[in-house]
Amino acid sequence: MTSNYNFAFLDENTKRMLRRALLKAVAIPGYQVPFGSREMPLPYGWGTGGIQLTAALLGPEDVLKVIDQGADDTTNAVNIRRFFARVAGVATTERTTEASVIQTRHRIPETPLREDQILVFQVPEPEPLRTLEPREAETRTLHALADYGLMHVKLYEDIAQYGHIATSYDYPVLVDGRFLTSPSPIPKFDNPKLDHSPALMLFGAGREKRLYAIPPYTHVESLAFDDHPFEIQRWEQQCELCGSGESYLDEVVTDDRGSRLFVCSDTDYCGQRRTGQAA
Amino acid sequence: MYVAVKGGEQAISRSLELLAEARRGDPAIPELSLDQIREQLRLGVARVMQEGSLYDEELAALAMRQAAGDMLEAIFLLRAYRTTLPRFGYTQPLDTNTMRVRRRVSGTFKDIPGGQVLGPTYDYTQRLLEFGVVAPDPSVQADAPLPDAMPRVLDLLDAEALIERVDAGSDPEPIDLTREPMMFPADRATRLQNLARGDEGFLLSMAYSTQRGYAESHPFAGEIRMGEVDVLICPEELGFAIEIGSITLTECQMINQFHGGNGLPPQFTRGYGLSMGEGERKAMSMALVDRTLRCDELGEPSVAPAQNQEFVLSHSDSVEASGFVQHLKLPHYVDFQAELSLLRTLSQQHVQQHAVEDASTPEASS
Repeated sequence: MTSNYNFAFLDENTKRMLRRALLKAVAIPGYQVPFGSREMPLPYGWGTGGIQLTAALLGPEDVLKVIDQGADDTTNAVNIRRFFARVAGVATTERTTEASVIQTRHRIPETPLREDQILVFQVPEPEPLRTLEPREAETRTLHALADYGLMHVKLYEDIAQYGHIATSYDYPVLVDGRFLTSPSPIPKFDNPKLDHSPALMLFGAGREKRLYAIPPYTHVESLAFDDHPFEIQRWEQQCELCGSGESYLDEVVTDDRGSRLFVCSDTDYCGQRRTGQAA
Repeated sequence: MYVAVKGGEQAISRSLELLAEARRGDPAIPELSLDQIREQLRLGVARVMQEGSLYDEELAALAMRQAAGDMLEAIFLLRAYRTTLPRFGYTQPLDTNTMRVRRRVSGTFKDIPGGQVLGPTYDYTQRLLEFGVVAPDPSVQADAPLPDAMPRVLDLLDAEALIERVDAGSDPEPIDLTREPMMFPADRATRLQNLARGDEGFLLSMAYSTQRGYAESHPFAGEIRMGEVDVLICPEELGFAIEIGSITLTECQMINQFHGGNGLPPQFTRGYGLSMGEGERKAMSMALVDRTLRCDELGEPSVAPAQNQEFVLSHSDSVEASGFVQHLKLPHYVDFQAELSLLRTLSQQHVQQHAVEDASTPEASS
């Protein structure tokens, strides 16, 4: 552990600022709270929001897991884990069940989370309306009025043009029946895990200086229409390694003749299943 | 059999070793000292301090060396370090009227009280590469000292009531953008703070666009001055201001034509730019963009990118921009997989639809 820096890098006043913003976020599920995002020693867009939230949450007793694309061993996940091992000296794990804080990019673990766990999402663009309305002053007004017609029209136009909704990740959700919210770029496959989750879910967007929360057991609805209900991705294949037919699969190109195989994106889930099968 | 890619940790540590080796270059050649960088690459040091929001030549030189001369990386290093520094207090507003001027030019009057002072500038160097060993220059002695009083050119216009008046202390207390998020619409003090930290290249292009018809700016360089300014703080326990040092600053005041509007009479208006160290290009660009961003306040039609404050202020920061552009090299397997399966579905639909259309129009192909 590097002793030149405060525990978990940020000074205690900054952590207090972050915790107060987080409390506000929990009190208003799905509302984007502006916060004094600090300049971190990792680049914007690489998880600075998630890192600040994790830094504000961690205590010496915590056990941290960091995943990117569902995997513990992707380079950015390794780097963030190394960062906290260096500046906070906390225990780290690759096991979902052993972690008290899980920082993630683009996935929710397949293993169901518990009430004593917190999931921290890295968020590149917290504003679900941004691609439809680039002006921040305007989107804040739309949220205040709960005016989400733009998004409904966008989804409707998808159906008119393609016959179904053509959004496959970062699929918009309505949190607690009030705020339209970006679930971060998780595949829509993971959206159902947001609904009534026992674990607290926190979202940090460092570059955009916003954070928000989905408190435990909150109703989270993926937008859809009565005649076009929400659907998640499915595969004809099963995981080549553990045989799971229920997890999100990564497609791996194995040669230059078009051969493919499919494996779990959640490496801990896949590894645990294989360990169980071997025993 | 495919084996899941492992070894990210080892790959990172090997990459760091390679980076250290590449940064140092040939070990037979002596490493640059921080003094060499500070003394001989001073304009680079100034830019890193300015956009890194930290006036410390030694740290800026260290960042430049560590970044192997990549200025944006050096700025990033300095910013990340700055986050960890405690705040002891805030300075009093700097008084650039009392600047110990080393350079001062005006594009609006042929001669001005205090005179035009070129100082150390690249403006008239003719840009011929100096091959071979450059002999050290003997120290330069002025024939006469500069006059003590260097009144501001814009104050001369102010006396005639030809330029908008800005009363001292009329600005609201600025927020600290490194502690609080930018909210829109942003007031002028906040905008200037953002521009001061903004990327020089970005501001230069934005400023250039206003001269080429994307917004009407009609600017004149009223005054550009560079020199040393004292920094004062007023510690609570003392109750009076003390000088803690002096820093080099470049200040630019643009004068812009204004035909009146929004209840204001025709008059000249001001654009303001300030930069740490010798940063004339940055200060001038900043002043042009500052003026252009005042379109709402002055009732000018807002039609150009440089007039759109959300566009300019949200995209001016090189640390934010560089991080987000380059984050695309991180893995996106999961989202790409989701898009792959969507695209396969869409393309299948496309084929089927065309098959149906072709079948229903048998004559179309002939």
